[in-house]
Amino acid sequence: MERRATASITAKLKSLGASASSLAAKVKQSLSKRPGPSARDSVRAHHSGPSPFGVLIRKEVADHIRSWRFILLLGIIALTCVASLYTAMNSIQEAIRSDSETNDFVILKLFTISDGTLPTFIGFVGFLGPLLGIGMGFDAINSERNKGTLSRIMAQPIHRDDLLNAKFVASLMVISLMFLTLGLLTMALGTLIIGIPPTFEEFLRVISFLVVTIFYVAFWLNLSITFSVRFRQPATSALSSIAVWLFFSFFFDMILNLLARGIAPNAATATMNDVLNYQNMMLWLGRLSPYTLFNEAASTLLMPSIRNLGPLTTEQVYGAIASPLPFGQSLLLVWPQITGLTAATLICFAISYVMFLRQEIRGRA
Amino acid sequence: MTETVIDIHELTKSYNGTKAVDGLSLQIQRGEIFGLLGPNGAGKSTTILMLLGLSEPDSGTINVLGLNPTREPIPVKRRVGYLPDDVGFYEDRTGFENLMLTARLNGIPEETARGRATELLEQVGLTHAANKKAGAYSRGMRQRLGLADVLVKSPEIIILDEPTLGIDPTGMEELLGLIRKLSREQHLTVLLSSHQLHQVQQICDRVGLFVRGQLLAQGDVSSLSRTLFADDPIIITAEMDGYSSRLQDEIRSIEGVHHLEVGASLQADNSPAEADVPEPDTAVRLIIRSSTDCSPEVARRIVEGGGRLFSLSRQQYGLDEIYHRYFAGGDDKHGEKSDSKHYSQA
Repeated sequence: MERRATASITAKLKSLGASASSLAAKVKQSLSKRPGPSARDSVRAHHSGPSPFGVLIRKEVADHIRSWRFILLLGIIALTCVASLYTAMNSIQEAIRSDSETNDFVILKLFTISDGTLPTFIGFVGFLGPLLGIGMGFDAINSERNKGTLSRIMAQPIHRDDLLNAKFVASLMVISLMFLTLGLLTMALGTLIIGIPPTFEEFLRVISFLVVTIFYVAFWLNLSITFSVRFRQPATSALSSIAVWLFFSFFFDMILNLLARGIAPNAATATMNDVLNYQNMMLWLGRLSPYTLFNEAASTLLMPSIRNLGPLTTEQVYGAIASPLPFGQSLLLVWPQITGLTAATLICFAISYVMFLRQEIRGRA
Repeated sequence: MTETVIDIHELTKSYNGTKAVDGLSLQIQRGEIFGLLGPNGAGKSTTILMLLGLSEPDSGTINVLGLNPTREPIPVKRRVGYLPDDVGFYEDRTGFENLMLTARLNGIPEETARGRATELLEQVGLTHAANKKAGAYSRGMRQRLGLADVLVKSPEIIILDEPTLGIDPTGMEELLGLIRKLSREQHLTVLLSSHQLHQVQQICDRVGLFVRGQLLAQGDVSSLSRTLFADDPIIITAEMDGYSSRLQDEIRSIEGVHHLEVGASLQADNSPAEADVPEPDTAVRLIIRSSTDCSPEVARRIVEGGGRLFSLSRQQYGLDEIYHRYFAGGDDKHGEKSDSKHYSQA
């Protein structure tokens, strides 16, 4: 009886094995239908191996990761993240005690609070993200041109835009990977130290914050690529990008303040509508800066208690319950900001694309 | 085998109103080495860029291997190798890695590419530097690596833009010898542009003279000098004494001679005057221009005519004279004119 049972089991196993091997054979067969060894023998087989675009991306990513520049930038950003995490840790207990209503989002506080000695995580990323983007893009095209590699690469069977697209995609991939890693590491460290696991909503909020950050850095990356297409000297394009960055980080706010003083309605005579219009106007002007867009989007996503980004009248607030917004609503609130950042990124890319396609491919001249 | 692989017809391209290439028509056959000669700024690089589809012509047609490079640049670039002037490599990668990148961009499978890159590095004599960073390469090594880089995709045509620029004479000779050897071995069509005529003269089957966007003449070196110096391609200079008007007539009657100058042999200030018979016992220098090589006949008649022959030299116009006649002066038209005038007097 026992023996028979074992025999039947072995038979079953055998048949299973047979079917598995036939499946393997089938898989092999279907795999070999793809451009296989026969096509590979010919040197002219264009479909074997990765596409030229893939090759270029691989090369660019490898270049970035090997470069000292990237390691330095990564070091700076990692350090600031550790620093902001440290200050957040110092003040988190107090923060939890002080406002008991939003205690649910402890992990998010890691990114948004500070003890005042150092900026918050958002502040750091908003300030240093552009530097990373500029650092990775400012010599994208003009260094190839100056080294004489541009015409050599262009003589290979690739489309002219492949190079530009590969530069952009590769840098964006490196940046995305870096920010996702940093963000998740910060979250993980915070969880370890505080001991409260993040909820799913918190996780979504952090991820969407990171995505917004990537868009924001992508804008600066594209801006610097545009300058690298326009200017022959890497130093010139780096300086122009940094000039734009400094303008939006420091001077834009100052100019806005000056402007605000100039166009402010007279406090004694202004109607409520005047004040509202004035406030909306200033908000609109402020949102011309990618820095403002990023700050609004990031803080709304990370602070569920933010319910509105514009001015609210007492009537509008009347009767509202001061509860945190659900994730979907927060996302809806900052959707215009995200769209704006994406649009700015695409405009820069389009400009550099058109300029690059129209440029002459010459030697080092 | 006379298959036309590059066929350019009435090609025109201008930049900011100045014509860089002006009505260029040119055919290149499979397997030949064609030298595109011209001074800087003649439009050589522009023509080459248009051949690869990297620049668009204003008018005219180009046909490379049966394809129009403006419309189908990718298939053209797959079969045509191009070495830009002053080629650059990724300096933090080794020579081998640079070649591998080109191979990958051409879709050559990894294993084949490795073999080919190693083999080519050996052929251009860079095996010892294969794993050195390209940034440490000397100018000559870079050009040789560039040649390997062009050949790694097994092209049918290679286009070399100023391949000898900035290399020392030995390196230049090596490089040109290498180009010739490789093109013969692999039956490659080579189009090379240069302004260094001597070097090109050594290896080219045919040359085209390209000045200010126009092709002045083309052909092999001897047929070029025949067309360009149709009247008097050969100059025979004889130093002798015992010159007489009878001898003069004798020499003039030799077939092919159509110009005779008599000058004082050792006195430079004595300007040449044709058919001016000097005293019989003074040494004179005869400059004979002829369409065929008749130096033995000249020597025979001088000796038979009672003259003493001190020296006899024959000179054929080479590319150097062609160069001076057409290129010197560059963009300046007056320069060219005065130069050709100078030569008609010589």
